[in-house]
Order: sequence, then structure tokens, then C-alpha cells
Amino acid sequence: MAEKLATREAYGAALVELADKYDFVVLDADLAEATKTIKFKKACPERFFDCGIAEGNMMSVAAGIATTGKTVFASSFAMFAAGRAFEQVRNSIGYPHLNVKIGATHAGITVGEDGATHQCNEDIALMRTIPGMTIVNPSDAIEAKAAVEAALTTNGPFYLRFGRFAVPIINDTPDYKFELGKGVCVADGKDVTIVATGLMVSMALEARDLLAKKKIRARVINMHTIKPIDKEILAQAAAETGAIVTAEEHNIIGGLGAAVTEAICESCPVPVIRVGMNDTYGHSGTVPALLEAYGLTPEKIAEAAKKAISMKK
Amino acid sequence: MEQSKLQALREAARQIRIGVIKSTNAAKSGHPGGSLSIADILAYLYFEEMNIDPANPQDPMRDRFVLSKGHCAPGLYSALANRGYFPVEELTTLRKIGARLQGHPDMTLTPGVDMSAGSLGLGISSAAGMALAGKIDGKDYRVYTIVGDGESEEGQVWEACMFAAHYKLDNLCVIIDWNGLQIDGPVSEVMNPTPHDKKLEAFGFHVISIDGHDFEQIEAAFNEAKAVKGKPTAIVAKTVKGKGVSFMENKVNWHGAAPNDEQCAQALAELNA
Repeated sequence: MAEKLATREAYGAALVELADKYDFVVLDADLAEATKTIKFKKACPERFFDCGIAEGNMMSVAAGIATTGKTVFASSFAMFAAGRAFEQVRNSIGYPHLNVKIGATHAGITVGEDGATHQCNEDIALMRTIPGMTIVNPSDAIEAKAAVEAALTTNGPFYLRFGRFAVPIINDTPDYKFELGKGVCVADGKDVTIVATGLMVSMALEARDLLAKKKIRARVINMHTIKPIDKEILAQAAAETGAIVTAEEHNIIGGLGAAVTEAICESCPVPVIRVGMNDTYGHSGTVPALLEAYGLTPEKIAEAAKKAISMKK
Repeated sequence: MEQSKLQALREAARQIRIGVIKSTNAAKSGHPGGSLSIADILAYLYFEEMNIDPANPQDPMRDRFVLSKGHCAPGLYSALANRGYFPVEELTTLRKIGARLQGHPDMTLTPGVDMSAGSLGLGISSAAGMALAGKIDGKDYRVYTIVGDGESEEGQVWEACMFAAHYKLDNLCVIIDWNGLQIDGPVSEVMNPTPHDKKLEAFGFHVISIDGHDFEQIEAAFNEAKAVKGKPTAIVAKTVKGKGVSFMENKVNWHGAAPNDEQCAQALAELNA
């Protein structure tokens, strides 16, 4: 069993680790204990500012600080960062293209027991429509840390999507290198491509093993950067494997599935089957029960892969 | 106040008002009413109060201004142009395709605009962020923001006030433009946000109430604000919407309507343009 760690833990740790290397401040909205910015608050109290339960104000405050040349991390749950404060993110941060990095944790249904009000499956869709917004949904703790540093070294607004639930470490390889905007081919194959993001990447690898038993060779792409999407790796996958499955912990409308479909349709149209939340709200429950209930499993990804292959012309 | 200084401020305000009328007339849209109500305050800020240099609009040590009621951009643009940030002739490009003067302020396009704003309630928060950054960096610049009385119906305005008081942002000065009118009618009838003074006091502000067209009172208020330590200041300025153009004064329909050529000529005549 691989070691597991929630990407939010890596986010908090990365802020502390990078505190001396870069000049930035961190804001939170009374969720520091949960978003893990508490680690930064303890390490650098003079650079941490709690904004209280007022996410809209926090985003516009972050923008104001950023006008003075500082980089700002603004943290809350995805539901409130992208949902509640959408308009502030769009108008205060996105429109003037300011250096605000939104650290959104508790994304997707792996929030678990808190239920549907706090399970944000719409944030990628919302953030994707903001011009100039970079969106990164890391697949594990190693990638989460790399994403934080990429955000610090890249100008403009970022939406960094982190999870509550501990997920397997899959990028602990000596040659791992994070390249913003570049999909990663984590396993090769010729029959179908599974494009996954976030915690679905490790599931996609499991689905690949299931498919291998049926002599189906699946390629797996880790699409950590959802915007800008890596069009080249997708066009190549479509041309070489002829069928695509997307896998995300997000509504199949507007998220990775949509981004991949849009890119494929404009380059090399092939069948695309989207695995994700089927335009529905979540529910309270344990994370394994929820993933099972909503079909976010290696088995469902493998099933989708077979369907995509059957649709090849 | 010395007579010469008063004359200069009145002249600056008159020029700002002329720019508002000419630019909205040329654009055939825009918001003259609220631009005219803040013209005197803008004149004092840009021609007397703020530590700014039009030749160096990005000076990190400059005082900042955020027009939270961003629809009154014609007033801000006219103040900036008359202060020398860009040619006054450019004012008539307002709201036109390819122009630097957007319907609401855009910091990436217009020299002297410190923050993009105009979606109501957002600007005051950004002003508070700038003030906090000044505190973090130990820089002694000040931050000014004008909030509309109608705008104060937005909950975020009060979130920002809570934030500013909590972090003791005494380098922040919030001006409430209490002109009493919003799009749907008198603020007292649409959704009464008053009393601003008592609410702001309860939120932890030092509050000063003035006539927003009286330069002596404007000057006294800004001087008092600078002397306040440990808390932000709010200046509740009673103003007249459409001030300076008789047929626009206190008329709600001039909130977001531009003068036609005939009305423009009459307004300019009243302003001795």
C-alpha cells in the first residue's frame, strides 16, 4: 500500500517550506485549521491574516494587497472560494490579472460526511470561464507542493484545487518534474487513453491494470493543469489511441471532461466518455462509500474505457 | 482656507464637472449624477490631499485611491485628466471601442487608476487590502476610497469595514457619498442603509460627517482623518446628486443617463465652460 497524504496537507506544508524563498502573504477565512494554512500561520504569523467568515471580502482584499506588488494566497473551501466568491475572483482578481493564488481545499465529494452543501463539484467549471485563470488540480502531495511553487513563480491568478481526503503518493519517482500546462503520460497504451485529474489519476492507473487483464492497453495521462489545457498531448492521444475517457471528481459538465472534449473536437475528434459526478449533488457518507455511490472507481473508469473503444469507427 | 487655494479647488472641481458632462455626452451613456456629487471631493483629493505624481503613476510610495462606486468613472477620469495623467481631450473617448477609458475603472488601461472596480462593494475591500499592505511593508502611504450610499446596501461593504477596523487600518479613509439617490429611487425608499455614521462607528470607525461640497469642511475632515491613530476613518459626506447642473440636481433619472447635445450645451453654460 502506497503512502497516503491529503493534498491540503501538502499545501500547508509547501507554504511553510517556501516562506523564506518567496515574498508572499497568506489569507484565510476562518478555515486555517482545515485548509492547513494554520501551518503557515504558526511559522510566519506576521505574514498571515485571517479574514473571518467573509470570503468575498477576502478575495477583494487579496486583490488590493496584490496591487502593491505582493503575491497573495487566499484560502478557503472550494465551495466558498470559487462558489461564494466567484464574482470577486472574476472582477477583483481575474479582470486586472493580479497575483492572487487561490488555495481551494475540500474540493469534490471527498469532503465526505459534511455532505452536499460543502462538496464542490462545480469549481473547475466556474474558474475555467475566467480569462487568464490558471487551474491546477494536483494528483498527490508531491504534485501539490510543486503546484504551489509553480504558482509562486508564474505571474497572474491561480486556482489551486486541493482535497481533504488522504490520497496515495504516486509521483515519488526520481525523475518527477512538474511542468505547468503539460499533461503527463504516466503509463503508455495504444487502445484507449484515460485522462484523469486529481485523486482520479491513481484510480485511472488501477483501471489500467483491470483493463490489462482483458488485454486492453490503456494510456493514462495525468492532467494536473486543467487550464491552460495541454492540447498537444490530447491530440496525440486521440490520434494514437482513437478513444478517450476522462476521470474527475467534479461535475462532468464544465470540468476536465468538458475541457478535453472541447480540445479533441477541435483537433482530432474521437469518442470521449466522461467519468465524474453526473450532474448531481453529493451526499453525506464516508469517502469510500461516496466514491462507490457516485461511480468514481477504477471499475467504472474501466467500463467507460471499454465503451469508448466500442464506439471507435 | 486661503482664498487663492479655495479658488483653485473650485476651479479644479469646475473642470472636473465639465469633463463629466463632455465625456458622458460624447459617450451617449454613463453616470453623470454621482460623478457630479463627488466632484468636489475628487478635486480636493487629487489637487490637494493625495501624495501623487502624474509623471510616476506607479510610484510605490504614492497615496492610493479606489473608486468603489466605479460607475462614477467619468468623475475619476476627469480628475485624472485635469491633474495631468492623460490629455483632457481623451475624455471624449469614454466608453468607446479601443479607448483606455472603460465604463468602469480599469487599472490595466488607464494611467492613475489604482484599482479596477465598479462591481459594487468590491472596491472598498481592495482599498482595505492596499492599506493592510502598507502596514505590512511599513510604508506610510494613505488609501482613500469613495463608496456610494446605495452601494452600502452591499453586504461586502460591511465585511470590508469589519476587516479595516479589525486590522486597525488608520491609513484608510472611506468616504461615503451620501447623495440620497440610487437607480430605483431615493435610498430611503429602495433599501434604507442609514444611519451611516452610527453604523460605521459601531463597526469601529472614527466618523466625521460633513457637507461634501464645502471645501473648508472637506479639508478639515481629511486633516482630522490623518491624525486618527489605531482605527480607520469614515467621512460621511452629504452631497447633491448632479451637483452643479441645475436640471440634474437631485433627479434620480440622471443617475445613469447622458446629456444630449442640447442638455450638454445648457450644462456647460451653467458651468461657464
